[in-house]
Amino acid sequence: MAVATLERPSRDNTSSDPARRAPLVLAGNDYASVTEKVCRIVEVRKPPRAWTLAFTIAASFTGILGLMVLYLITTGVGVWGLNKPVSWGFDITNFVFWVGIGHAGTLISAILYLFRQQWRTGINRFAEAMTIFAVICALLFPGIHVGRIWFEYWIAPLPNQMSMWPNFRSPLLWDFFAVGTYFTVSLVFWYMGLIPDIATIRDRATTKARRIAYGLLAMGWRGSNRHWHRYERAYLLLAALATPLVLSVHSVVSFDFATSMLPGWHATIFPPYFVAGAIFGGFAMVLMLAVPCRQWFGVKDVITPRHLENMCKIVLATGMMVGYAYAIEFFIAWYSGNPVEGFVFINRAFGPYAWAYWTMVFCNVATPQVFWSRRARSNPWVIFAVAVFVNIGMWFERFVIIVTTLSRDFLPSSWNSYTPTWVEVLTLMGSFGLFFTLFLLFLRFLPMIAMAEVKAIMPAPHGEAHR
Amino acid sequence: MTWGLLAEFAGPAELVSAAERLRDGGYTRWDAHTPFPVHGLDAAMGIRPTRLPWLVLGAGICGCGGGLLMQWWMNAVAYPLIVSGKPFNSLPASIPVAFELTILLASLTAFGAMMVANGLPRFRHPLFASREFLRATTDAFFIAVEAADPKFDLEATEAALRALGASRVVRVEGDA
Repeated sequence: MAVATLERPSRDNTSSDPARRAPLVLAGNDYASVTEKVCRIVEVRKPPRAWTLAFTIAASFTGILGLMVLYLITTGVGVWGLNKPVSWGFDITNFVFWVGIGHAGTLISAILYLFRQQWRTGINRFAEAMTIFAVICALLFPGIHVGRIWFEYWIAPLPNQMSMWPNFRSPLLWDFFAVGTYFTVSLVFWYMGLIPDIATIRDRATTKARRIAYGLLAMGWRGSNRHWHRYERAYLLLAALATPLVLSVHSVVSFDFATSMLPGWHATIFPPYFVAGAIFGGFAMVLMLAVPCRQWFGVKDVITPRHLENMCKIVLATGMMVGYAYAIEFFIAWYSGNPVEGFVFINRAFGPYAWAYWTMVFCNVATPQVFWSRRARSNPWVIFAVAVFVNIGMWFERFVIIVTTLSRDFLPSSWNSYTPTWVEVLTLMGSFGLFFTLFLLFLRFLPMIAMAEVKAIMPAPHGEAHR
Repeated sequence: MTWGLLAEFAGPAELVSAAERLRDGGYTRWDAHTPFPVHGLDAAMGIRPTRLPWLVLGAGICGCGGGLLMQWWMNAVAYPLIVSGKPFNSLPASIPVAFELTILLASLTAFGAMMVANGLPRFRHPLFASREFLRATTDAFFIAVEAADPKFDLEATEAALRALGASRVVRVEGDA
C-alpha cells in the first residue's frame, strides 16, 4: 500500500527530515480502514467503559449547573459574591476563558487550512466541536449575569414596544455581535465539514433508525464531483472568512476592558495579547482532549505523535507570546509614568491577589518551557499535565485581570475585596460539566475525525500521491 | 426504467484518466462520485469554475452596508442617545458590528448557496437504490452516466465504460 509507511514502519513520525514528507496516517491504513476505525466508534452498541464513566460524571455536573442557574435566576445575582466595586468576577472570567478555548478550533480548521498544513485534517473535526461547545459555555455567562434575564432581548436590535434601540457605541454590544457571529459561523463550518462523513455513516447504517437519522443530517450527500467542486470552494471561502473573524472575536472581547478607563485595562496591547492567550489556552484544551481520546478510541494511527508534537510547539510559541505580554504590561505601566497604572501592576504581583498572579505566571510561562525538550513533546503524560496547567493558568489570567483592577482602582476609599460564593464555584464546575457532556455526546454520535479530509491527504493506492 | 449506468474504477488516478476520455467523448450528463474531493478531477470532467465567490462577495458587501445603515438609523435617527457627548453617527464605533455582519452574511451565503446550487438537501435519488453505490462514501470511485445524456446508448456506453478501465458496470433503475 502506502510507500511512505513501508519505508518507516515504526509508529513514530516525528522526524523532521526535510527530504521526506512524514506520513500523517500510520500503520498501513487505507481508505476502508480509516472509515472502519472512525465509524466503529459511533457504531458499537456499547461505548467504552471510560466513556460511560466520564459521561456520568459530566452529566451530573451539568445537572448542578442547571440548579445553580435556576437558583440565580429565581433569587437574583446577590447569590454571587459580586458587589461594588467588583461587579465582574467568576462570571466574566468564565466567559472570557471559554470564548478563548474556542479559538484553537477555528485556528486549526481555518488558518491552518489556508496555510495548507495537512496535519490539521487529523484533529480539525474534534477541535471544531470543542469550539462550538466552548462557545456555548461562554454564551451562558453573559446571558445569566445580567440578573433579569427576561430582558435579555434588549441587547438585540429588535423593534420593541418601548421604541428603543441598543447603543452601538458600547463594546458590550460589539461583543454580542462578535460572539454571536462566531458561534453561527463556527457551527456552519463544522456542520458543512460533517456532511460527507455523516453520509459515510448513513451508507454503513444497519438499522432503519440510523439510516433515517444520519440520512437527514447528511442532506442527501452522494459524493458527486460536481458537488465537491462547489463544496471545496465554499469551504475555502468559509476558511478565509473565519480567519479574520477569529482574530476579531477575542479582540472585541478585549475591547470590553480596553475601552474602559480603568487602570490595568485601558491598554492598546489588549487585542493581540488576548488573541495569543486564546490560541494558547485553546491548544492546551485540544491536547487535553486529544491525548485521552486517541487512547480510548483507538485512533492513534490518525492522531499521530506528530500531531501532538506540532500542537506542543504551538503551545510553546503562544505561551511565550503571552509571557511577553505580561512583561510589556509591566514595562508600559512604569514607562507611562502614571502612578495609578503603576500601582495596579505592583498590586497584581504583590497585593492580596498575588497568589493568583503567580499561579498564572507559573502555569502559563514556566510550565510550557518543558516543550523545548523533544522527549517531553512525545510523552502523552507530560503533554496532558502541561495542558492541564495551561488551562488553569489561562483561567487565572482572566481572573487576575478582572479582579485586581476592579478591587483597587483610583480611589482607595472605594477599594474592596472579592470572594466567590459556593454558587459561583459550582457554576464554574458545572460549565465544565456541560462542556464535557456535549463533547462526549459528540464522540458517541458523530465522526470524531474528518474521514473525507484525512483520505484526501493519504497516499493513493499504488503509491501515487495525488495531492 | 433505466436511470443510467454506474461504473466503478480502481482508484483516483484511474478515475481521472477515464473522466478525461469520457469528457472528450462528448458526454454531458454524467458525474463522478468519490469519497473525497479528487485533485484534478474538475479539469478532467470539464467543470467550469463556480460563481459562488461572486455571490459571497455580494453578500459581504450587503452585510457591511446593511450593518452601517442599521447603526446609523438606530443611533442617529430613530433613537439618538447622548453618551459622553459622543457623536450620534460615529464610524469608528460602527466598525466592529459592520465587520461581524459582513462575515455573518458572507458565511451563511457561502454555505446556503453551495447547498442550493448542488440541489441539496435531496433525499431521494436513483443512485441511493444501488447497493454498490453505498461504498461511494467509503473507498469506491464511480462514474455515473445518465440515460438522459444525448449520447447515451445502453450497450455502447457500457462497452465504452469498460474500455475506459471500469472494473464493473451496473445498471441503475429508477426515475430521476
